[in-house]
Amino acid sequence: MATIHIDQVSKIYDGGVHAVKGIDIAIEDGEFIVLVGPSGCGKSTLLRMVAGLEAISEGTVSIGGRVVNTVEPADRDIAMVFQNYALYPHMSVFDNLAYGLRNRKTPKAEIEARVAEAARMLEIEPYLKRKPRALSGGQRQRVAMGRAIVRKPAVFLFDEPLSNLDAKLRVTMRGEIRKLQRRLATTAIYVTHDQLEAMTLADRLVVLNGGVIEQIGTPLEVYHRPASTFVASFIGSPAMNLLEGTIDGGQLVIGDVSMAFGIPTSASGPVTVGIRAEDLLLAGEGVAGLPFRVDYVEELGAHRLVHGHLSSQALTAIIPLEAAITEELRLTVAPERVHFFARDTGRRIEPLQPHPGSRAPMPLAREASFA
Amino acid sequence: MYRTKFFDHLILIAGVILMLGPLVVAFTTSTHTAAEIHTDGLMLSIGDHFTETYDKVLFRGGGFTGEVTGLTMALNSLILGLGFAIGKIVLSMMAAYAIVYFRFRFATLAFWLIFTTLLLPLEVRIMPSYKVMSDLGLLNTHTGLILPLLASATGTFFFRQFFKSVPDELLEAARIDGAGPVKFFIDVLVPLSRTMIAAVFIIMFVYGWNQYLWPMLMTTDESFYTLMRGIKQILQVWVGSQIPDYNEAFAMAVLAMLPPVVIVVIFQSWFIKGLTESDK
Repeated sequence: MATIHIDQVSKIYDGGVHAVKGIDIAIEDGEFIVLVGPSGCGKSTLLRMVAGLEAISEGTVSIGGRVVNTVEPADRDIAMVFQNYALYPHMSVFDNLAYGLRNRKTPKAEIEARVAEAARMLEIEPYLKRKPRALSGGQRQRVAMGRAIVRKPAVFLFDEPLSNLDAKLRVTMRGEIRKLQRRLATTAIYVTHDQLEAMTLADRLVVLNGGVIEQIGTPLEVYHRPASTFVASFIGSPAMNLLEGTIDGGQLVIGDVSMAFGIPTSASGPVTVGIRAEDLLLAGEGVAGLPFRVDYVEELGAHRLVHGHLSSQALTAIIPLEAAITEELRLTVAPERVHFFARDTGRRIEPLQPHPGSRAPMPLAREASFA
Repeated sequence: MYRTKFFDHLILIAGVILMLGPLVVAFTTSTHTAAEIHTDGLMLSIGDHFTETYDKVLFRGGGFTGEVTGLTMALNSLILGLGFAIGKIVLSMMAAYAIVYFRFRFATLAFWLIFTTLLLPLEVRIMPSYKVMSDLGLLNTHTGLILPLLASATGTFFFRQFFKSVPDELLEAARIDGAGPVKFFIDVLVPLSRTMIAAVFIIMFVYGWNQYLWPMLMTTDESFYTLMRGIKQILQVWVGSQIPDYNEAFAMAVLAMLPPVVIVVIFQSWFIKGLTESDK
């Protein structure tokens, strides 16, 4: 149970590679933070620096108000769950759980009590005498989590713990990790490249790209108000449609199509236009709409994913099952559901004032405190 | 189907005969008297002097002093083989641990220096080694027999490769669990290397057991004689009309073969695992 302050942390490798560049994150007690980003974005490196497995090149990491830059991993009051579980293959499940406690000279009776408690919580009691070899992937993952729990650490660190599991098990384990973390109220940092996992687990998401933070926010903030084109395309499936357009007065021009646009924005000239696939609606009778050429359709059961072109730019729309799909559809979008990003920097351009009736902007208070 | 099986077995049986034949002949011949062997050559039938010959070889004193029995020699061989195998494993595991897990200057260079000595057999450095041992006053001691042969490039290489295949996360998990370098080595690496240790143990034990040249140089005192030297000793009595005790030589050869066989039989399943298993 502790706060974590990551202050201007950088990682520069011997070869001069700048993997993590001046990251600031303030994590509150009991918060579940997910670091998400494509491979090579520095998320694992950042986690390993918090764990103490990687030296911190610049900046400071403090856990519970104590700067831990030079503290050994074992003394940082953390526990880590690895992607490949990293269970000791020659030890029984019980010994795997007890090893860390034994090294800390915990009394035997307490070790047994704690292991029993963790085993009950994770439902691995029947396997305590087995070797990891005799367990399935999901069971091994539980044991790895048990090893973290028995230590009663101040912080849980998860390094893509679900990547080695099959899709169905991943969903179950995801839920269990969330439940467990809530129950223990232990601060957690979780690294993943899977945006769905990030969305479902996080209290707050940290989207990383190229060693810098693109955005920090709650899953809904990040989804509905992506701070950059990178975040917009990374979070959400299907990815947000990004089109090249121009704002000319009250008109938004995309290729040879233009639409009236009611919300005043500070932007003018060339912009990147972001529209979520589910925000595109079929135009009703008598509404002009945007001309959408259909290329192919993906059936998802609950709805259809229709891929096509809007004046020669790729676009994906979610269309309800009952709608007839013709070669050319006419789509509309509510103006307040359209996002604008600067063409050159990719940063979000906020509307000057919220459109009446639009979704209230997400509170920025948390984000502001990290500046 | 049947024909294939038949020929498969034929080949296997031929192999068995080829490999076992000499051993069987050595055994059967050893049960005859020296005179019989001298006149009739190798024997396939079992003679009636089994107990007598083996008793003599094992328990009757021989050599110049008349105090060295086969049992003493077997004990010497055992000390050499065990000391050799255990010493080599301990040393090469520690060397490999240092090379793989600790970043120090010239680690790779050190490793390759050790590795190149693989190309130099004992015979090449036998004179300098002898000189060093004699200066240290270790001639005619078990220490002197074992010590100079302990540094093992092969063992170090085997363990280095094995340690490299152990996932890094295991080390990291151990670090988070509060295990220092020594604890990690003893609690995790050594138990993980079990099969590897067994494999290296067999190879090194047999190698040490069969050493001939080095013990011959190092020991002049008969009480340090090994079985290998004993066999030669028996045959070295071709004086005048005296015929060598062929039967005893054969008996001793059979006895000398037994311990390595026992070791291989005991450890064979681990041995195969150690050399082939990559699943950790």
